[in-house]
Amino acid sequence: MTLHTFVTFGLYLTVLLVLAWPLGLYTARVLEGGKHPLSRLFGWLERGLFRLAGVKETDEQPWTRYALSFLVFNAAGLFLVYLLQRLQGVLPLNPAGLPAVSPHLAFNTAVSFATNTNWQSYGGETTMSHLTQMLGLTVQNFVSAAAGIAVFAAIARGFSRRKTGTVGSFWVDLTRSTLYVLLPLSFVLALALVSQGVVQTFSGKAEVPYLNPPGPETPTQTIALGPAASQVAIKQLGTNGGGFYNVNSAHPLENPTPLSSFLELLAILLIPAALCFTFGRMVKDDRQGRALLVAMTAIFVVFASVCALSEQRGNPVLTAAGVDQAASSTQGGGNMEGKEARFGVADSTLWATATTAASNGSVNSMHDSYTPLGGLMPLVLMQLGEVVFGGVGSGLYGMLVFALVAVFVSGLMVGRTPEYLGKKLEPHEMKMASLVILLPALGVLVGAALAVASPEAVSGLSNPGAHGFSQILYATSSAANNNGSAFAGLTANLPFTNTLLGILMLVGRYGAALPVLAIAGSLAKKGTVAAGAGTLPTHGPLFVTLLVGVVILVGALTFLPALALGPIVEALRLS
Amino acid sequence: MRTQPRSLFDPTLVRPALFAAFRKLDPRHQLRNPVMMVVWVGSAFTTLLFLQAAFGQGEAPAGFILAISLWLWFTVLFANFAEAMAESRGKAQAESLRKARSEVIAKRFIEDPLASGLPRKENGAPGAFFEPVEANGLVKGDFVLCEPGDFIPVDGEAVEGVASVDESAITGESAPVIRESGGDRSAVTGGTRVLSDWLVVRITAMPGETFLDRMIALVEGAKRKKTPNEIALDILLAGLTIVFLFATATLLPFSQFAVKQAGQGAPVPMTMLVALLVCLIPTTIGGLLSAIGIAGMDRMLRANVIATSGRAVEAAGDVSILLLDKTGTITLGNRQATTFIPAEGVTEEALADAAQLASLADETPEGRSIVVLAKEKFRIRERDVHGLSATFVPFSANTRMSGVDLADRKLRKGALDAIESWVAANGGRMPEGVRTAAQTVGRAGGTPLVVASESRVFGVVALKDIVKGGIKERFEEMRRIGIKTIMITGDNPLTAAAIAAEAGVDDFLAEATPEAKLKLIRQYQSEGHLVAMTGDGTNDAPALAQADVAVAMNTGTQAAKEAGNMVDLDSNPTKLLAVVEIGKQLLVTRGALTTFSLANDVAKYFAILPAAFLATYPELGALDVMRLHSPSSAVLSAVIFNALVIVVLIPLALKGVEYLPLPAAKLLSRNLLIYGAGGLVVPFVGIKVIDLLLTVLGI
Repeated sequence: MTLHTFVTFGLYLTVLLVLAWPLGLYTARVLEGGKHPLSRLFGWLERGLFRLAGVKETDEQPWTRYALSFLVFNAAGLFLVYLLQRLQGVLPLNPAGLPAVSPHLAFNTAVSFATNTNWQSYGGETTMSHLTQMLGLTVQNFVSAAAGIAVFAAIARGFSRRKTGTVGSFWVDLTRSTLYVLLPLSFVLALALVSQGVVQTFSGKAEVPYLNPPGPETPTQTIALGPAASQVAIKQLGTNGGGFYNVNSAHPLENPTPLSSFLELLAILLIPAALCFTFGRMVKDDRQGRALLVAMTAIFVVFASVCALSEQRGNPVLTAAGVDQAASSTQGGGNMEGKEARFGVADSTLWATATTAASNGSVNSMHDSYTPLGGLMPLVLMQLGEVVFGGVGSGLYGMLVFALVAVFVSGLMVGRTPEYLGKKLEPHEMKMASLVILLPALGVLVGAALAVASPEAVSGLSNPGAHGFSQILYATSSAANNNGSAFAGLTANLPFTNTLLGILMLVGRYGAALPVLAIAGSLAKKGTVAAGAGTLPTHGPLFVTLLVGVVILVGALTFLPALALGPIVEALRLS
Repeated sequence: MRTQPRSLFDPTLVRPALFAAFRKLDPRHQLRNPVMMVVWVGSAFTTLLFLQAAFGQGEAPAGFILAISLWLWFTVLFANFAEAMAESRGKAQAESLRKARSEVIAKRFIEDPLASGLPRKENGAPGAFFEPVEANGLVKGDFVLCEPGDFIPVDGEAVEGVASVDESAITGESAPVIRESGGDRSAVTGGTRVLSDWLVVRITAMPGETFLDRMIALVEGAKRKKTPNEIALDILLAGLTIVFLFATATLLPFSQFAVKQAGQGAPVPMTMLVALLVCLIPTTIGGLLSAIGIAGMDRMLRANVIATSGRAVEAAGDVSILLLDKTGTITLGNRQATTFIPAEGVTEEALADAAQLASLADETPEGRSIVVLAKEKFRIRERDVHGLSATFVPFSANTRMSGVDLADRKLRKGALDAIESWVAANGGRMPEGVRTAAQTVGRAGGTPLVVASESRVFGVVALKDIVKGGIKERFEEMRRIGIKTIMITGDNPLTAAAIAAEAGVDDFLAEATPEAKLKLIRQYQSEGHLVAMTGDGTNDAPALAQADVAVAMNTGTQAAKEAGNMVDLDSNPTKLLAVVEIGKQLLVTRGALTTFSLANDVAKYFAILPAAFLATYPELGALDVMRLHSPSSAVLSAVIFNALVIVVLIPLALKGVEYLPLPAAKLLSRNLLIYGAGGLVVPFVGIKVIDLLLTVLGI
């Protein structure tokens, strides 16, 4: 790694963790219904919304009703986004006159945004009207993230509550996390981005003259414009990733300056990291949240470093051909295919690993063009189940499930039946935890198996051989783990692929969230076992190591055979 | 009957276990264990593949498929064998207990023997009206007569009479015990023998439902009810099995796609996929899980503790509060004389001499201890009571003194106030020094006995509870592993505090009543603790029922035994500490083997994956870090290792992982190092060695 990479990574992690701490504690206060400056400012709005929706703040829900509210809300959002796409041709705010979206793409996109995946089978500026983008996609960017926080809040309460039947109110959690966390943060970030030159306008496009016209008959080019900054802010903060422009944050109007790049990068992991502190505060033991954060950070640092190292080494084939890929005073060096010259290896690989560690999926470089080993890192980060930071809320609740499994297997070795945070783990919890781990993994594997067997899906591949398989595996891993990151190179806007990936996204999101809510419900009902010298401490380095080991082992064991046929064989071939 | 520790592979146990291993190949039996069921299906499937290859077009050489298939069957058999071994050990243990009372003919009363006016036999037992019945023909509520030489047919309760009973068949203690109707010594156990006198016993358990029968059911695999922790682990293992099932099943389309894309090689053979699947799913723990559970129950039985459920044994591992009765558990049963504190103007020796004389005829342990102390300290020999022409004055609740009347004087010992009034009646006076000394002894947890001769007070003999040797260290050990010990005593708080401090318990409950005990248990439970206790009396029953682990003494009442979830045949309350350790050991073993099993997978990947795809992508040969001989020897070695590791671990599963009294964090890092890191490394070595052997043998 070059010094530049080292400094970039170090600065990034430092600022991230420093900002995550206060945000996490603040979020805990929000979720616990405590008083804070924003509640004094906007409390009237919150109460008004509750009155309007007929929600009573004190109306606590058992996990079943909580889950039902979550599902109903998601279904409504999904349906609305679908309708908006299908009808956008006749609806207002469509300056570019874009036609209705095809049914399979509309389904894929609606699912994608409801599940916080934000997989984009389409090019944003050329497919979706402003109305669809704003009322459909941007709204979903907020509420799908808020729904993730809500599910997380439910399981955090499951741990902290004793012998109660309820886990909180979905509607209250949804409203508060949108109103007090996501909206203010996005507002601030959007303003900051606008200050850096990210576009924010309702005008459709601009005709500007070419500096170097390609020919006399085309003196001008069309540049798509729109309300980008507001969408970019929440797509980064809400681990959404659905860019305004097709090339996402590689586009100069979506990400114009080094500062905008750093802020957007920061926004990817900010809330997932902060929620660890929130968790510690909610279960009244800050050390527990810190341990989870340390585990996540440790995995992330390793993956990001390997990715950066591999990219910095460059392409051996080019090296053999005599191309200078070394870092020097005149170039950043490394494998620059598919990377913006503005970002180079350091910012590209940091982004690539952050966006796949969190289930963000926004990109500033094209992962498809990474070296095999470099591209393997984002792929595996997704396959680990999006628990290394992961999606807003969903990453942490996924990590908690891994913690349950880690405690279950190894906790026995201290001579007690397993317990985590004082809650005994019994058959019901293990059944649900198994589902959380099982369903996304099955989604990836079965999805990929169906895809390789489908001539239509295979026709969308841009590469033959092992790399073609990597492209398919990347797509199903991204969908089933609700990341939304695209490897590029795969044409996904085909009926079969759109439908398959849509289904995988549904399986990944609800196959995890519903069992997690069931765990929340059963944990809340349990009493808390007293901790002592005989109980397994879950905040020390030993537990962090254990947790990292289980996450890596379960992820690696599941996907190693498939990876061997894709990126691993590619890597072995190249070297 | 204390069985001698058997050698682990006693041939008398191994032979039936081998047969049982084959009998358990019945798929209905395998259904209980999802992991092994998958192996069973894989074995059957590869057998079919072999037949296809042998009699037609096979996907791989028939010999190779046969070898894989055979070793897969061995995997199932080895797992069956592990379970069968655990069962037969447990059964042998239980059988030796059960044997004692088979073919017992009981004398069942035809009429209610408690009715008045029944004719009596010479020895006073209710006469006539009974019929001979086989023990297993008895039902709950029947009354039977047990006379000298008779075996007590089934567990019951003495309702009339008093008898000495030989319980050595159950407890191994040769001294006979007294069983009598009413009170706390009324419970009788099936299989014990009446030595003298008679008892009318009401049968309280159906034959087949006694504690022993329940215990036997717990060590029989097929009838065994899984504990919640086992079920949870089963679910997790099943979940992992499903993941691996899909991970290997999807390899078929993946490899077909790869072949098409690469334009070389052939899709991975089914045999390889089945081999990979079996190697990846947690067969080690799946195969040994039930053996571990049975062996845990067996260890409990070996400690002469009968648990009524596997759940109780696991709960023992979770206990964080131990309620221990002072007497018999923490202290020796009786108080003993420790010091002589003479009154002013009296020598210690004179006091010792008077105290010994006053206690000569006193056969209570306290009295004996005074005689012994005087002998040890001043070599005052025991004198013959009759030679002194003395008359013994026994203790009475009225006088609260005991002593001896000699020819020339009267000697008394007793409580301070009792002696004070006796001395006053004889014209004497209690010296202030003696009074202070007596109070000091009382405050320190001892019992002061004042010795006087009519008007003259000699001084005080201090009696103290003697804390059992080594118990303090045991409590220290318990504290280290996070278990709090609490002493329960009827003593006043002052005395209790002194003994508690000496014994090193964490806390004590003084002047304990059954209600106070129950309340204490509930309070700890509401704070999230699991509480273990021992008890024997009927008034212990509510507390026993409330406690999470309740060990009833075998000498205790039926009510106490019913309320508890374990019975200690030795009636030794200190056993509670051993019960906790056995519980912990069971859980540690389960966790250690699970971790080992999962960690094993890494090496198996490195053996099988390159072998499976070598033809399509020769580059993957780089993953073959073990440099195995050939693809087929690599796969076969992995499968053989996977099967053999079950056999190698059977002793560990049966004996249990060594349990060390360490704090949780230390214990975990130690076990993680052994079973986690060991589990990663061992298969690399094992598979390589097997591969070398296969190569040398030319297979």
